[in-house]
This record gives sequence, C-alpha cells and structure tokens, in this order.
Amino acid sequence: MVAISPDMPRIDGDRSHRARLTCRVLVVLLLASSVLSLGWGASGTSLTRAVSDLLAGRELAVQDRVVLLDIRLPRVLMGICVGAALAVSGALMQGLFRNPLADPGLVGVSSGASLGAILAIVWGAALPASVAGIFGWYLVPVVAFVGSWVTTLTLYRIATRRGRTSVATMLLAGIALGAILSAVAGLVILRANDSQLRDLTFWGLGSLAGSNWPKLLAAAPIMVLAVLSAPALARGLNALALGEAAAGHVGIRVQRVKNRAILTVAAATGAAVAVSGGIGFVGIVVPHLLRLASGPDHRWLLVNSGLLGAVMLLWADMASRTLIAPAELPIGIVTAMIGGPFFLWILLRNRGVLDL
Amino acid sequence: MKRLALALLLAAPAHAETYPEASRVLAIGGAVTELVYALGEQDRLVGRDTTSNWPPEANALTDVGYMRALSPEGVLSVSPDLILAEEGAGPPEAVSVLKSANLPYVTVAEGYDAAGVLAKVDAVAEALGVPEKGHALHEKLAAQLTDAESKAKAVGQPKKVLFVLSLQGGRVMAGGTGTSADGIIRLAGAQNALADIQGYKPLTDEAVIKAAPDVILMMQRGDAKADATANGGDSLEAAKQSAQTMPAIAQTPAGRDGRIVIMDGLKLLGFGPRTGEAAIELHGLVYGGS
Repeated sequence: MVAISPDMPRIDGDRSHRARLTCRVLVVLLLASSVLSLGWGASGTSLTRAVSDLLAGRELAVQDRVVLLDIRLPRVLMGICVGAALAVSGALMQGLFRNPLADPGLVGVSSGASLGAILAIVWGAALPASVAGIFGWYLVPVVAFVGSWVTTLTLYRIATRRGRTSVATMLLAGIALGAILSAVAGLVILRANDSQLRDLTFWGLGSLAGSNWPKLLAAAPIMVLAVLSAPALARGLNALALGEAAAGHVGIRVQRVKNRAILTVAAATGAAVAVSGGIGFVGIVVPHLLRLASGPDHRWLLVNSGLLGAVMLLWADMASRTLIAPAELPIGIVTAMIGGPFFLWILLRNRGVLDL
Repeated sequence: MKRLALALLLAAPAHAETYPEASRVLAIGGAVTELVYALGEQDRLVGRDTTSNWPPEANALTDVGYMRALSPEGVLSVSPDLILAEEGAGPPEAVSVLKSANLPYVTVAEGYDAAGVLAKVDAVAEALGVPEKGHALHEKLAAQLTDAESKAKAVGQPKKVLFVLSLQGGRVMAGGTGTSADGIIRLAGAQNALADIQGYKPLTDEAVIKAAPDVILMMQRGDAKADATANGGDSLEAAKQSAQTMPAIAQTPAGRDGRIVIMDGLKLLGFGPRTGEAAIELHGLVYGGS
C-alpha cells in the first residue's frame, strides 16, 4: 500500500482522513470483538475465571480448556479469517468488474465449491474405506476447494484470448457454467439419501461450528496470504475505475491486475467456503458500508474491508451460537438476515443512481 | 464399501462401554431417547436433540439442536457425563471435539430390522449400566418381533405397501429400499411396492401406477398442521380423501379400494422400543383384523 503523506494538500473530496480513522476504529473493534467472542458462549466457561485460574498458577479444568482452546479459539480465528477473506474478495470483485453487485460467485467460486461439497457428501460414503480413512472429515472441505479452483480456472481460460481477459465474457460464461454446475449438482442430489440431503442443506446455510485446529491450520494460511496481498492491487483497481483503456494509459498493467485479482479471490473465497459452507452477503455488505463511510479508494477499502468483514463475522457468529443456545443457528441465516435488508436499503437509497 | 467402513469404525470400541455412574446423560436421536425412557432411566437424562419428541415428557428436556448439526459448545453447556448418540450424529468435527473433552461418547448403531432394534436396546442398556432392565426390554421386544414374524409368515401372498412420505403439491414422495419405512413394511410381513428404488424419492404418476400398491401407508407427524400440508388435506380424513382422489393413486388397487393407512411417524419409522408394536399394528392395518 502506498503511504499517503500527511502534509500533502487535501484535495476536494479527499476522504482519506476518514478512512484512516475508520481503520483505527476497526482495529480496536476487532481486538475487542475477538476477546468478547472468546468469553462468550453457551457453556458456563468464562474467560475471566480461566485467566484468574492461570494467573493463580492453577491448572485449567478439562472442560474449560477444551471449550476455550479447542472450541472457541479456533472458531474465533476461523471467523476472523473467513470474514476478512469474504469481504476482501467482494471488494476485489466489485473493483474488477466495476459493478457494485459483483461478488465472488461471478467467477464461479461458489458454484464450483458447492458442487464439490455435494459430490463429497453424497459420494464420500461410497469411497473405499482406505481413502475415506485418509481424508476423514477433510473430504468435504478439500473437494469443495478443488471444485472452486477448477471452476475459476476454467472460466478464466474461457474468457482469456491472446493474453487478454474479457471481464464481460467471464461474467456471461460464469452464468452459463453456473447453470451447468447446478444441473450436475441436481443430478447428484437425486441420488442422495435423506440424511445426506440434511447435510447438504446445513452445508449451504454455513457454519463455523466445525472449526478445529487442523482445519484452521490448513485453510488459514491461504486466506491470510490472499487478504494480506490484496492491498497491493489497490492502485490498479483505482485506475481500472476509469475504464480498462484509461488504466492502461496511466501505466497500469491491466492484465496483471486482473490475473492477480482473480487468483486472490479464488484462493480466499475457495478456502473460506470450503471450511465454512455458504455464508452470504458479507462480500457485498461490507465494502458498501465502507464506501459509504469513507469513500471508494481501494488503498483503504481493501484493508478496511478485511477488518470490518472479520468484525462482522465475529458478531454474526456470536449471534449464531447464542441466540438459540444450546442449539445453533446456522451463520448463513444470520448474515443473510442482516445483509438482505441492508442490501435492499442500499438499493432503495441509490435507486436513482442504479437505474441504468 | 459402506459396511466395511462401518465395521472398521465399530471395531475400535468393541470392548464393553458401560457407565452406570453417569447421572447427566445426553440422548441424541429419537430412538435412543425413547429407549432411555423405555428402560426407565429417564431421571438420568439432562438433554435431547431436536428429533427426540417421544415420549411427550422428553420435550421438556433441553434441546441441543438437530442431531446432524450439533454445536460442540452447546452440547458441553448441558454438562453431560455421558453422550448417547445414534449413528449419524454429527458433524464429524463436532463429535471429534467432544471426544477430545474426555467425555464418554457412545455411538448406537442404526439397523432397520429386528436384529438392529434389539442391538440398539442392548447398546443403550449396556452404556447406562442397567443389564437387567435391558434384558427385560430385549425379551419383551423380541417376543413382539417374533409375534410379528410369525404373523408375517402366516401370510400366503404378501401385500404390496407403498410408503408415502408426503403428497406436497400433488407430488408423491415415496420410500424405496434402505429406508426405515422399507424395514417396518418387511417386519409387518408385507412387501415394499418400490423394490427397485433406493431412499426417499419423488415418483412420477406412472411410477405410482406401475408400483401397483395394495395399501398406501402414510404417517402422522403429531402436529396436525404439518400433517395436513404434507399429506395434502386439512385433517387426517381429508388427507385420506385427497390421497385417494389423486389421479395416480386412484388408479392403484389401494386407491380403488380406499386402503389408505395412517400411523404415527415416530412409532412407525423410529426403530426404537415401539417397533414391535408398530409392526403388529401395521400388520393388522394391512391385512385387516387379526
């Protein structure tokens, strides 16, 4: 990210000071939400008691240790990674497609991942025991991740000709490929039994309930790398807002920006969807909120999206595990319940602007 | 393949797992909860899952969520000292976390036949450490099942029964092989009209006619409104009426003679302590009287 020198004269409409303030507030919020999230849950385990136990040199009770270290901590970290990955992917896609409605679904990540998950859930049981034994519960995330990558790369190849990727072709081919994939998914679902259908439904609603250390260690590096590398694309995306030709004229290597943005999105969203299922709307709501608050400059937008996405998902997850405790509300329901109405509100507010 | 994986899974905890001291038992799965009640050990229960609705008292227990979508912390929050779960409880990640919490976790294998139910009784009784009560329930259930079996054997030409899960929107959702509906139809000495389809599948009208069932079996879900919408009418009688007048069903022997049977869903399909009764009751309803 390029530092903005403080003594630069402020240009009219420059909102970078607000963006900087937002960033600081979000960092504080993220830290506070993480601690809160660690201390909050259905069981009686409290963070303060655990900390005072530790300070007094006492061993933690088995249940406290399991709840804090094996259930809540990986879940909080997973929430941060998934939220950041989804929100940053959303911001990247909207920048790349120059369309406020773009989300990672456009490059086939979601349809590919869900076909992968469906295949793994329905046919996983038919695998030889030796193969099933190696993968265990990794099977669904791994196949979902592979599915998202294969789809995105296929789309990318369809849309790229003579070294130039057409985002319009990608969008249209994405719709066609999505239709094919969902038809295949339908065929597989026909063969599913009752309990597999239940599993599919719950997968589609999204959840962080299955977070554990092995899963976190496998998926988090991919998401962290993608989120941290995203801000390097900020200048390119800013220039792309003027149109591809204009961006090229100001010296941006447009094709490189496209390649990297698409790969980043595929990696981040693929990993996020693989471990948490279908969590909707984070990728659309978070960047929009930030554009309203502090402007569309990608130099701040990408960083802040990561932070706000993480904060939002932590709160959604807290709601998901406490609202109907000890049972759990799938987190996709929570994000869609908040995200859907919010999105409508944005549409209504900007009706004039979006009326094309 | 599936069976091999299962065998490997079951091979590990083959030694006796018995927890007579457990006083805070969490039952996951409708049949398991029913079995705990049938063994008279309900005072030791602290929680149940969403699928455990029988006996009605069970509804007063804390509900930890749907058995295939458990949240590990939610389960721990009722502080159980024994988890008795039906096969298929999950997700697997949640189960592995629960096992790492040093909590006794007993999986009760599923089985849609007489041996399967009796094995469930034994497994639950052993886990709870009540062998005498388990033995008594085993004997009682075995006697009922033998009774059902002898009744079934006395039938010369088995009737074909079609289990209809729902009739929503005029579409017949029916039970093929490998389902609990298939299991209970066999126990009742009848024949599943859908022998060449696996699982619960939507049927075309022609497939219904081709299956030519002598009896249509539907279930009552205990909630009048849900029943009404699922079975396509606003009461049980109306549901029977509307099923009978559906063009596809009207063409079958069952539809022509109006032989539509409705039974309590959990009792019929639960494969718990009421399975013996259910088989005899279904036999009576299918073959009339006796």
